[in-house]
Amino acid sequence: MAREQRDYDDIPGTFVFDAERSRQGYHLNMFCMSLMKEENRKAFKANEAGYLDRFPLTPEQREAILQRQYNRMLELGGNIYFTAKLGATDGHSFQHMAAVMTGSTQDDYAKMMLSGGRSIEGNRSKSGAVKGAKTKPKSKAKTRSKSGSKRG
Amino acid sequence: MARIIAGISSSHVPAIGAAIDNGRTQEPYWQRVFSGFEKSKEWMAKAKPDVIIAIYNDHASAFSVEIIPTFALGCAAEFPPADEGWGPRPVPVVKGHPELASHIAQSVILDEFDLTIVNKMEVDHGLTVPLNLMFGSPKEWPCPVIPLAVNVVQYPPPTGHRCFMLGKAIRKAVESFPQDLRVVVFGTGGMSHQISGPRAGLINSKFDKAFLDNLTKDPKKLTRISHLEFMREAGAEGIEMVMWLVMRGAIDDKVDEVYRFYTVPASNTAVGHIILENRPRGATKRKHTAARTSKRTAPTRTRRAAARA
Repeated sequence: MAREQRDYDDIPGTFVFDAERSRQGYHLNMFCMSLMKEENRKAFKANEAGYLDRFPLTPEQREAILQRQYNRMLELGGNIYFTAKLGATDGHSFQHMAAVMTGSTQDDYAKMMLSGGRSIEGNRSKSGAVKGAKTKPKSKAKTRSKSGSKRG
Repeated sequence: MARIIAGISSSHVPAIGAAIDNGRTQEPYWQRVFSGFEKSKEWMAKAKPDVIIAIYNDHASAFSVEIIPTFALGCAAEFPPADEGWGPRPVPVVKGHPELASHIAQSVILDEFDLTIVNKMEVDHGLTVPLNLMFGSPKEWPCPVIPLAVNVVQYPPPTGHRCFMLGKAIRKAVESFPQDLRVVVFGTGGMSHQISGPRAGLINSKFDKAFLDNLTKDPKKLTRISHLEFMREAGAEGIEMVMWLVMRGAIDDKVDEVYRFYTVPASNTAVGHIILENRPRGATKRKHTAARTSKRTAPTRTRRAAARA
């Protein structure tokens, strides 16, 4: 069944974890939750595919977990606070995961954050039809501002 | 009578907790963040609240997807730090205030806020990081803390307006508690950030600064921000800022902004912090009694001046 369009689906690069995704991703998220326990982390690392058999996941969800496709997991109902536990099990920092999801290297991502983060300009809307947006997109770079003037 | 003396908002970025726990607070990157809270610690040492009510959100620590309460009030005697995947944070156990908490629960439920009562709960960085920022790293937290967990994990969180109105109901509850207690309310989370999906790393300082301005001056305007606008402008996870509005609802309409701090970034997030004080009302019991015995109604200005002295 195709996902019903919501107003927030217009936000680019964003998977809002709503009731539909929560239902779809229930077992994926419960798998991630199980990684809160050391013994489960060990069992998972020892035999990833075997451990996943404990959860009634869809083949797509299994594949996304095994391949560490973090955006795909979100698309299939994963929630970031849960999938972060998988990242932590792999020994990765959160910035590493964020970099992966943005298709960047951790170094470049960290630099972007240090220079003020990803600009909102040009990142508000897929359709371009943003109601109530008071600011017009400027010609500034979309992802990286070198000005650094925002920092205190 | 118990009384709310101030409201404080602060981000609760987990990496701030990690920096404290791993002794990295002196690194220049972190110094920039922590230096912004030096004045706040001084303020807190002077204010010496008897109880803190901390509005925060759980990050899949106490609540998984099995149970998702919109508002969950911690009525337990204590709340141990949760194991968030690396073992529990080495911070003191958070002691609650079961009497005031259950009084608040009863009062706000009768005021039509159907919150969930939680008698057993672990608390994660969402609660403990702001305590560190305001108190440093003491052996014991200096006062009891009542946690109020708000769902901002599964859409939709409660609206900003609902949060604001809950704040007002909490204030009413606090003020009907017979014991003399000085209460500070924390609103935590935010400010702009997105940590999920290809748009991760989003920061909107302009939105944040306007939010801070209006938090002091025109909070009602903030209660009209839609969820769509929060997520679009402040990032998918920036919607946490609805929690600041519980705090704002719990203090006076007109407040004094005594401190503000804003910096980008801490890890993936814009860090925002504000201290809003209620104006003195000459409402301490002793002064009240004195005023009553001398004259039936002292003019408000005189009572305020007396309270300031």
